[in-house]
Amino acid sequence: MTPRWIVPIVAALALGISVSAQAATVEISMENLEISPAEASAKVGDTVRLVNKDDFAHTATARNGDFDMMIPPKKTVSMVLKKAGKVEYYCRFHPNMKAVLNIVP
Amino acid sequence: MFVRLSAAIAAVSLISGAAFAAGPTDPQIAHIAYTAGTIDIAAAKQALSKTSNKEVKAFAQDMVRDHEAVNKKALDLVKKLKVTPEDNDTSKTLQKNASAKLEELSKLKGAEFDKAYIANEVAYHKAVDNALETTLIPSASNAELKSLLETGLKIFQGHEQHAEQVASELK
Repeated sequence: MTPRWIVPIVAALALGISVSAQAATVEISMENLEISPAEASAKVGDTVRLVNKDDFAHTATARNGDFDMMIPPKKTVSMVLKKAGKVEYYCRFHPNMKAVLNIVP
Repeated sequence: MFVRLSAAIAAVSLISGAAFAAGPTDPQIAHIAYTAGTIDIAAAKQALSKTSNKEVKAFAQDMVRDHEAVNKKALDLVKKLKVTPEDNDTSKTLQKNASAKLEELSKLKGAEFDKAYIANEVAYHKAVDNALETTLIPSASNAELKSLLETGLKIFQGHEQHAEQVASELK
């Protein structure tokens, strides 16, 4: 059974999403050579914050060429999403770091 | 034990355990890992002085930056743990083979050098990854050292893939 307190929260969340046309910020972290979350969703106009928690430089490089951001060690880099699509991206320095960004219109 | 090893894989096998009857100790592991890093930095510096290929140059710069960062973390850790890295036969063999490789590569030029350097980077990172996975990580007793080696393994695996990618572009 769904606890009673869940209902208002779900309602508030649903309402929040439906009335808000404001751009959101999605945070993606790079730590110990892992991108987290491995699959993130965002909307066109949203800002993605790439937080590099490692002592090593990383990149977020889209396979389709849409973006190629360098994130120095212990730094955060932001980008505004301009195009919808399912974008696979990776780190050029460590191609074993891979993730997906689902950008909806 | 040594009889089974062929000369070609001797260096790899050495770090993979043949040299240690009971597995390397933490001070030895720290020395091996640090040596493996300095070897790759030296190789990258040689490449930077010889290559004019953009991809190869970028790759070599990545190697210097990452391996210097890993080795700095390693030095910080041994200082914190008050461990003195201990030279050992595996480190010595690694260093000896690396010097021979530098000498061999120094005689090559242009595209020939680029291909040989990148091919060696693929092979070298594969060998180090294998040593980390099969010997160094399982033998490490200190948790922080083990964790640093695990991070090192992911970085080295990344470098291996990166080197393979550059190698395929050089063909």
